[in-house]
Amino acid sequence: MSDAASEVQTHTIRLELVDEPGELLRALEPISEAGGNLMSIYHERGNVTPRGHIPVEVDVSCAPDRFERIVDSLREAGVNVIQAGAERYDEELVVLLVGHLVETDLSDTLQQVEACANASLTDLSLSAPRGNDESSSARVRLKTKSGTTEEALRKLREIAAQKDLHVIEPLTGESP
Amino acid sequence: MSGARLAVLGAGAVGRSVVELAAEYGHTVTAVADSSSAAVDTDGIDTEAVLDRKAEGGTVGDADPDAALDADYDVLVEATPTTLDDAEPGFSHVAHALDRDRHAVLANKGPVAERYGDLRELEADSEGQIRFEATVGGAIPICSTIADFGASHITAARGVLNGTANFILSRMAAEGLDYEHVLAEAQDLGVAEADPTFDVEGIDAALKFVILSNVLAEGDQEFTLDDATVEGITDIPGSALELAAEDGRTIRLIGEATPDSVTVAPRLVPDDGPLSVTGTLNIVQLETTHAGRLNVSGRGAGGPETATAVLSDVSRLTE
Repeated sequence: MSDAASEVQTHTIRLELVDEPGELLRALEPISEAGGNLMSIYHERGNVTPRGHIPVEVDVSCAPDRFERIVDSLREAGVNVIQAGAERYDEELVVLLVGHLVETDLSDTLQQVEACANASLTDLSLSAPRGNDESSSARVRLKTKSGTTEEALRKLREIAAQKDLHVIEPLTGESP
Repeated sequence: MSGARLAVLGAGAVGRSVVELAAEYGHTVTAVADSSSAAVDTDGIDTEAVLDRKAEGGTVGDADPDAALDADYDVLVEATPTTLDDAEPGFSHVAHALDRDRHAVLANKGPVAERYGDLRELEADSEGQIRFEATVGGAIPICSTIADFGASHITAARGVLNGTANFILSRMAAEGLDYEHVLAEAQDLGVAEADPTFDVEGIDAALKFVILSNVLAEGDQEFTLDDATVEGITDIPGSALELAAEDGRTIRLIGEATPDSVTVAPRLVPDDGPLSVTGTLNIVQLETTHAGRLNVSGRGAGGPETATAVLSDVSRLTE
């Protein structure tokens, strides 16, 4: 789909519900009524907020315009919406970069990764030796959108190859 | 097969251990050959005398090495050094046995990694069978586990199959030393060879994962070393291992074999996960279709360890 306004994305909505029977169902109804596709519900029953509410995280897949309607109708129904973000970065990716990181402009490398690999940088740790001869290493932690980790890795490989950097990848096939 | 007569080709650590342990498994060694000599006796060679002679004088007997090929045997054990491309002379040794309708058990990776299709073709025309558990992961039963499950029920095999590279990476991480330093130590300990290229460039591991892909593909596709994407460990600085450790991870030379690809590369793995075995240990994880993940680990190299795999293969042969 080329039209950005109609592109289906995964959105995360954080709600706080009163601990009463039927509350969760009441919060989910507006979502399905507005045509949102419920992807997951994380109902933290054991975790009560200071006000005695129960936090619930809902992932919804829909087009952006529908998403706004969902949030509006939730608020109209009196549901406490804490946070409603578009596209959720929910997969973590940790890689090591090895090579002449400083000489090849590390900040440019990372900007390219964020821009092209559609990932957000959440942590960077650099270990660079004195002098220019030896390789330096960086540990880069990225958040990627659900389901796009493989593609982010592919882009990362391309960017690294252009700068003659070595990527040590995690074993993505291995679940935690 | 019990009470088999064995012809052992190759008198390195593995071949010598097969000769030494054969009697314990109820088998008789009727011939043994190294690169320049052979000892042949239809009633069984005097294994002790042959091994002593090899240790002292460097030869196993007075006969021509080819005499072992023509000896009276049920199973030919191919334990000559691994060679690439045409995988000779190992390939011809196995072909010779199959041509005589005899079985062949390989510890030599070359023929299975580089000429798998040719081997299977020869086997199809022969009364003899081939087995090669010893080529992958020494004493660890990997091929037989895959055969037990059925190759179609295994979607991938991944893990650590080179003890030398694993020793170097685990020492670098534990001691904070750099690659050159640990390599020298490994050579002093005899863990790494004088020319460590095969191990540290990932070639040895790649050959083993090529063999696993050949097994998993069940003839739909054939793999050789050229089909594998291989990266070694020589470019990894100590700082990379330090950064990995700060985050509860470490680096291991990990291979992955599926029915349609083979890769070997240094990868980040959880420090406390099953794949971060230390020292010279090996591990293979099999991904099954209905039963989750299976981890098999143990000693992946060494004379008696690999000979154990060879002799288990002989027992698995059907008469």
